[in-house]
Amino acid sequence: MNVESESVLEIKHLSVSVGDREILRGIDLNIRIGETHVLFGPNGSGKTTLLMAIIGSPKYQVTQGSIIFKGRNIVGLPIDERARLGIGMSLQRPPVIRGVKTRDIVAACVREQAKEEYITRLAERANLADFLDRDVNYGFSGGEIKRSELLQLLAQDPELALLDEPESGVDLENIALIGQLINELLHKEHPMRQRKHAGLIITHTGHILDYVNARTGYVLLDGRLICEGDPREILETIKSKGYRECWKCAG
Amino acid sequence: MRRLNPERTAKDKAAAAASKPAAFGEDIDLDQYIHDSDESPYQAEPSQLPAETKRQMLQVGVTFDDPSQRSGTIVQIDHSTIHSLSTQQGIEVMSTRQALEEYDWLSDYLWKAVAVDVDKYAAHVELGQSNGYFIRALPGSKSIYPVQACLYLSKARLAQKVHNIIIAEEGSELHIITGCTTALKGEPGLHIGVSEFYIKRGAVVSFTMIHSWAPEVAVRPRTGIIIEEEGVFLSNYVIMRPVQSLQMYPVARCVGANAAVRFNSIIAASPSSNMDVGSKVLLNAKGARTEIITRAITTGGNIIARGYIEGNVPDVKGHLECRGLILGDKGMIYAIPELKGTLAGVDLSHEAAVGKIAEEEIEYLMMRGLTREEATATIVRGFLRVDIEGLPAELNLELQRAIEMSEKDLM
Ligand SMILES: Nc1ncnc2c1ncn2[C@@H]1O[C@H](COP(=O)(O)OP(=O)(O)OP(=O)(O)O)[C@@H](O)[C@H]1O
Ligand SMILES: [Mg+2]
Repeated sequence: MNVESESVLEIKHLSVSVGDREILRGIDLNIRIGETHVLFGPNGSGKTTLLMAIIGSPKYQVTQGSIIFKGRNIVGLPIDERARLGIGMSLQRPPVIRGVKTRDIVAACVREQAKEEYITRLAERANLADFLDRDVNYGFSGGEIKRSELLQLLAQDPELALLDEPESGVDLENIALIGQLINELLHKEHPMRQRKHAGLIITHTGHILDYVNARTGYVLLDGRLICEGDPREILETIKSKGYRECWKCAG
Repeated sequence: MRRLNPERTAKDKAAAAASKPAAFGEDIDLDQYIHDSDESPYQAEPSQLPAETKRQMLQVGVTFDDPSQRSGTIVQIDHSTIHSLSTQQGIEVMSTRQALEEYDWLSDYLWKAVAVDVDKYAAHVELGQSNGYFIRALPGSKSIYPVQACLYLSKARLAQKVHNIIIAEEGSELHIITGCTTALKGEPGLHIGVSEFYIKRGAVVSFTMIHSWAPEVAVRPRTGIIIEEEGVFLSNYVIMRPVQSLQMYPVARCVGANAAVRFNSIIAASPSSNMDVGSKVLLNAKGARTEIITRAITTGGNIIARGYIEGNVPDVKGHLECRGLILGDKGMIYAIPELKGTLAGVDLSHEAAVGKIAEEEIEYLMMRGLTREEATATIVRGFLRVDIEGLPAELNLELQRAIEMSEKDLM
């Protein structure tokens, strides 16, 4: 992997506040085409906030710095424009939308006139064929929600996938399926050189690393990225020594 | 004991209530309206009606293009029944005037489900010129396709008075779609519609009513339903177009064991519309159950959404659900759910929520690439989508189509 390709996402000195509270302080991060990065960090450290800022949820206000997607600063763009530029996000806790069928939201993701058949096939791959006619996320189990999020992203086929805890609460059997879906999403079957898709995945357990090849890992602590390195090594450290060890690095 | 002439009694009671205001809704001065209309000629072929009239009727679910989709048709313009036909054995469709001439016994059904002296509106239907439809399903007869009834108000300043009698005899199944609309544009009108339903033992009736009035038209339906043992009554009501003032509060009485009632109402008020719509169910027999579901949307108009369930015997169950959506900065939704239990063994519940669309839901759809407007429209469409159990699939589809048609105007 010595091809130094161009950046998909470049975050510079990013600070983000929710209300009056500063959650992220001076984040720097760079993801190149074809790469997948992984974000670790304790509860409340700001992981979701970072993804929400990238997708552009207005509650998460950028107070400083820039978010460059494919060479363009996207700070200030509404969510849907970012989505159409090629950013997709799976939510940790997506809302229920009564009366709107899963089929409708998947069809919306496809954008061009979606063929029934294509949607059904996608849903079968996510083992959700029976869920297409159910209200979005209504009464879904934890694992079903995760698969439904990935199904929507597969339909959307974004160049940059932001995945917020895609495997939390998923049983061992389904993790393999989730891993497979993420690999599809990130076009992992393509050789690196041709791969156009990139990902940023939040994980607590790191289980997803058994299925998805990630290049870089980070630890987010109290709104700062304090460590960047091999994701497996980081995971091992967190597993054996906990985030205490990370605090040492944070100084 | 001397038997009183029931008709005289009704007239007397009506006369006594001729100026009695209704319990709810703005009081309408009936003297502002004309009370009589001239007879319109009978139309053997309603498909020959003017294109604009047919278009309006189609918007409320009344179609003349494909008669195979209907068990019968009755069309009333002002006070004239211009067409009536039953195409299904076991189903009778005719004007109330004609039915009263044909059946002596029918007088026993007049003003039994709605009190003639409940208010001045009901009273004037008895006192003045009126007509209406009579639809009856004979014992055991079952129809899949609905009978369609159209009530059309065409004369300016007219108080259109309607008295409908619907009888589902034992073990029958009857579907009705009623479309009420008007030709009036910029001129006032009043529609008073009394509907009395008699659902006999084991009969199933679905009643789908679509209203499409005009900003100067006031509307006062008065509906009563009596449901006997094992009978089922399903009401679907849709109003999404402007109306000056609408007030209705149909009352269903479950008088036989295991009688069931369901009211679905979809109400959308655009600016300057005033709608006071409720449903009341009295669970007066063992095992009776009901569900009242209301979806209300305002884009600037005022909605009062009432619901009332009363349980008076053991083992009855009722649930009331009202969800209101306020789109924009103006408009009001006032949800008033009421439950009354008079003894242990009743199971009554309600849930009500009024507010704007959750920002989180809009953002979620925007993340999938929908614009804010598309996301809002998608959520509103979902909000209005009430899956209606017990309604034939075709009719359900038609209902959704009618809703979608008006959705566009609303947004
Ligand atoms: N919309 C919000 N309103 C108020 N506070 C918020 C909001 N979003 C995030 N926060 C706060 O910001 C901090 C970081 O939250 P965030 O959701 O980013 O954490 P996280 O790292 O994703 O945690 P977890 O592992 O529990 O998902 C928390 O203290 C949280 O309470
Ligand atoms: Mg989180």
